[in-house]
Amino acid sequence: MATISTASLPDIVFMLLFFFMVATVLRTEDEKVRLIRPEASELYKIEKKHLIRYVNIGIPMDRRYGTEPVMQLNDAFSSPEMIQDWVISERTTLAESEQSKMWVSLKVDQDTKMGIVTDVKQELRKASALKVLYSASSRERTGTIEE
Amino acid sequence: MARRELTEINAGSMADIAFLLLIFWLVTTTIESDEGIKRQLPPPVPPDIDVPQAKEQNVFNVKVNFLDLLLVEGEPLDIEDLKDKAKDFLIATGDGVMSHPVGREMVGRNREVVLVTGSNGKTNAAFPERVWVRKADVRQRIAEYEMFVSTATDENRRKNYTKVLQKWREKLTTITLLGGDFKELPSSALISMQNDNNTTYNTYLQVQNELQSAVNELRDELAVAKFGRTYKELEDLYDRNADDKALLSKIVAVRSVYPQRISEAEPREGSTYY
Repeated sequence: MATISTASLPDIVFMLLFFFMVATVLRTEDEKVRLIRPEASELYKIEKKHLIRYVNIGIPMDRRYGTEPVMQLNDAFSSPEMIQDWVISERTTLAESEQSKMWVSLKVDQDTKMGIVTDVKQELRKASALKVLYSASSRERTGTIEE
Repeated sequence: MARRELTEINAGSMADIAFLLLIFWLVTTTIESDEGIKRQLPPPVPPDIDVPQAKEQNVFNVKVNFLDLLLVEGEPLDIEDLKDKAKDFLIATGDGVMSHPVGREMVGRNREVVLVTGSNGKTNAAFPERVWVRKADVRQRIAEYEMFVSTATDENRRKNYTKVLQKWREKLTTITLLGGDFKELPSSALISMQNDNNTTYNTYLQVQNELQSAVNELRDELAVAKFGRTYKELEDLYDRNADDKALLSKIVAVRSVYPQRISEAEPREGSTYY
């Protein structure tokens, strides 16, 4: 009985590997701030990911930029006053029919003080970007008993 | 120099190497999750407009100070108790009557549901006054607005009347679906949260989460009792099939008994000490 040649197996696996490497959409921008997201139970998942824009808030990874929480828009540190311009430019990247459906996901480190978050929220309001998502990782609801 | 015979390299282990790489990739790749608590921020308020104050009893005040301590309705409270307190506020009817007609206790998959009893019986001024939505009244309103729509001469007016008519029709469907008259939260009733600039984000989010949890649990409870499915299941089903009008009216019914009324107060200047 002839054995099946396994010589092409590596090729197949490599192909799988390459497929995964290419198809995995890693975040295009890297996080420049330390982000440990808080845990919450009442989570909502946005299905249409292309509608989401991210605002990161936390302590800079690179200590040279200080130890106070800062805001990161796209790839750079920024100040809350920049939000309005940013919202306008991000809106133009969406189709006209979807511009009002834009979500802003606030990724905030759990130890951040609310001051900067409130500033960002106020600017978002001024820019009429009212749909926000407080990004969180999932946990069980408090007080639930396993069935 | 002796020439060695050129032998084929054994490629048998190549697959193993590739697998190893593949598994490494699979394990280390963290797929970005886009989950969180969703909120609709209030639209910006023009500086020259006075926002009317809601009645004190219609507002559930949650304040968080710079030490991450909670002050709920003027009293210090542990965050563990916040959900129950918020639920009390949302279900209170003042007269001990349920906010919705009470149904069976055994529902769906033989799961016993402890229905919210309206026995809080508190008639004090700390709770909002839910208003009856009665079938006869709603019918009368519908008839009125149907007449308004048919006799309206102005196109704009007709549109507005149609909108109102739609609202009343929704209420009628809600009554039918719930199997009786229900009590509605007054439109000014809301859960208001205020925080300090030095409140930790984690605490802020936990408070938001507990408040949301209160609304969601009440909705789930009602949805399971009336329709045999949790509210989230109903929403997920509707997400998959947006043409299902019957499903939508079930969702609307649950929402009209327990509306989402979590608002964030305007931030104050400077640090506040509660």
